[in-house]
Amino acid sequence: MSGTSDAHSIVEPGPTSRRVASVVVIVYALVSMVPLAWIVMTGFKSPDTAIAYPPEVVFEPTLEGYVNLFTDRTRQTPEYMADLPPPETWYDELVRSRNMVITGPSRFFGRYKNSLIIGFGSTFLAVFLGTLAAYAFSRFRVPLKDDLLFFILSTRMFPPIAVAVPIYLMYRALGLSDSHFGMIILYTAVNLSLSVWLLKGFVDEIPREYEEAAMIDGYTRLQAFWKVVLPQMSAGIAATAIFCLIFAWNEYAFALLLTSGNAQTAPPFIPIIIGEGGLDWPAVAAGTTLFMLPVVIFTVILRRHLLRGITFGAVRR
Amino acid sequence: MAEIRLERATKTFGQVHAVRELDLTIADGEFFVLLGPTGAGKTTTLRLVAGLEKLDGGRVHLGGRDVSALAPAARDVAFVFQQYALYPHYTVFDNLAFPLRSPLRRRSPQEVTRRVEEVAKLLRIESKLKNKATKLSGGEMQRVGIGRALVREPNCFLMDEPLSSLDAKLREDLRVELKHIQRDLGATILYVTHDQIEALTMADRIGVLEEGRLLQVGTPRDVYTRPASVSVARRLGSPAINLLRMDAVPGIAAPSRARNIGIRPEDVQLNGRGIEAEVEQVEHLGAESVVVLRAGEERMHALVSGGTSVQPGTAVRAELSREAMLFFDEAGQRVDA
Repeated sequence: MSGTSDAHSIVEPGPTSRRVASVVVIVYALVSMVPLAWIVMTGFKSPDTAIAYPPEVVFEPTLEGYVNLFTDRTRQTPEYMADLPPPETWYDELVRSRNMVITGPSRFFGRYKNSLIIGFGSTFLAVFLGTLAAYAFSRFRVPLKDDLLFFILSTRMFPPIAVAVPIYLMYRALGLSDSHFGMIILYTAVNLSLSVWLLKGFVDEIPREYEEAAMIDGYTRLQAFWKVVLPQMSAGIAATAIFCLIFAWNEYAFALLLTSGNAQTAPPFIPIIIGEGGLDWPAVAAGTTLFMLPVVIFTVILRRHLLRGITFGAVRR
Repeated sequence: MAEIRLERATKTFGQVHAVRELDLTIADGEFFVLLGPTGAGKTTTLRLVAGLEKLDGGRVHLGGRDVSALAPAARDVAFVFQQYALYPHYTVFDNLAFPLRSPLRRRSPQEVTRRVEEVAKLLRIESKLKNKATKLSGGEMQRVGIGRALVREPNCFLMDEPLSSLDAKLREDLRVELKHIQRDLGATILYVTHDQIEALTMADRIGVLEEGRLLQVGTPRDVYTRPASVSVARRLGSPAINLLRMDAVPGIAAPSRARNIGIRPEDVQLNGRGIEAEVEQVEHLGAESVVVLRAGEERMHALVSGGTSVQPGTAVRAELSREAMLFFDEAGQRVDA
């Protein structure tokens, strides 16, 4: 080994590889950030600058997109506008500068609420059921365990939309179309296989001795699960919850197919926000920006758990 | 504390008979060591007593009560695991307090604190009570593991090779401590190990287990000097007992059924008398030396005190103490002279 020029350890990357790796990571980060930055920027543009060519990177920011996103407006004659009392709020003023008046709130808020209910509801259910199933698969002698696990995984072997037609017919027959409950159980069903498999891996890593010790110390299995196993699974649960939420939150095809009014989520709604003479791009971008926020916040909150990993320290292997 | 009684206890895993119709009674206050190789069924026996495994046959009695159908929590036993099994998300204090906070045996917070501090003091881990259980050395972790068993007064203590993950020095220390604590408390302990030193030094009685069957039960002295069979004789003693064919030692008055002679290395004297042998190798262990001898076709070990002057390749005479000789029949069972 003494003859080599590099004096670093063979497992640690050398300075050159480190530099190359950083450049690659930075380039990748930039490439993924540019579209996001563009969306956030467009949200603060006026409808004209949003479609200007060549695109404007430096522009005067306006909240028009956000106002348009949250309101319904109608165009009025100049005489009507002149007769109005002075605007009461900054957004009234902004809308009137376009010769329009606000007629009421838009449907965006309701769609956003639907997304929150369905996204977090199905995530909770998928993780809750997945945790129990994963524990059972990991700890109990379940008959046909391997077949069952394969069967569960097989629901992931085709794109969910492949079963769109049967689901559509089924939901229509059962009266589940365009209902929150229907969408929650649909997303739960799709996410459950991922959740069971991911979580089973995490439960497998937790030594049985923990529960056995607790059961000898005077606890029932359920109490031992709650007090000892669940805290150990927190990292796995966090990771699984993020994956489930991202799927349920972003899902477009089923939402478009199965929901229209009552339970419509934000993804099918945002792209069809119409302004004057076509799509209202700043409003679409504003909606998209707000739509990204919950997943970003959720991920940032749970990131600590993701990075912390699982401590096996108290049991030597 | 209470007596442990196993009655024809049986456990099978698929095709494997882990424990076969085991009958065993461990008296109140007794330190009983189950000794055996890996896969002998020691741990399974322990888990049957704890209720972590379900009996396939037979019964388990604790303190005269049939507990065969009871859940582990209801049996009121304490278990010390080989790999400590401390709850990693708790501090040392909370680990020790865990059994006292169980719904089944809940104590007042003041009492919990008092008991935990008592036990921590006994095991000399008072200064570590606020540490995370994962931030301890192996020896400290196992002290906490033992502490968690001591903190309530259970029917009996079940210990599954508690010292085997520790280094030699710690193992020695904890061995002495454990025996001391057991005497002070008058605790009933069922202790599982494959380490003969632990068995010989701590046990009131030893049970030698092999393939799910008890080969012999007795005091350490008894099992060592009067092993029931070749397998038991081999299990205890280091270096292992010498097994010679009858014709290797001429002129011995032996029982007629005897096929083999067993002689412990310390009973082989290199004093210029006895059978002729060649020295193959000498291992100096400090206070004693192991001399590997070859006599005809047979190889044997002699344990001599201090530094010996015998050199490999030289010829010596080895005297085998007649009183210490053991005789075994065809099947490996001991036959008395």
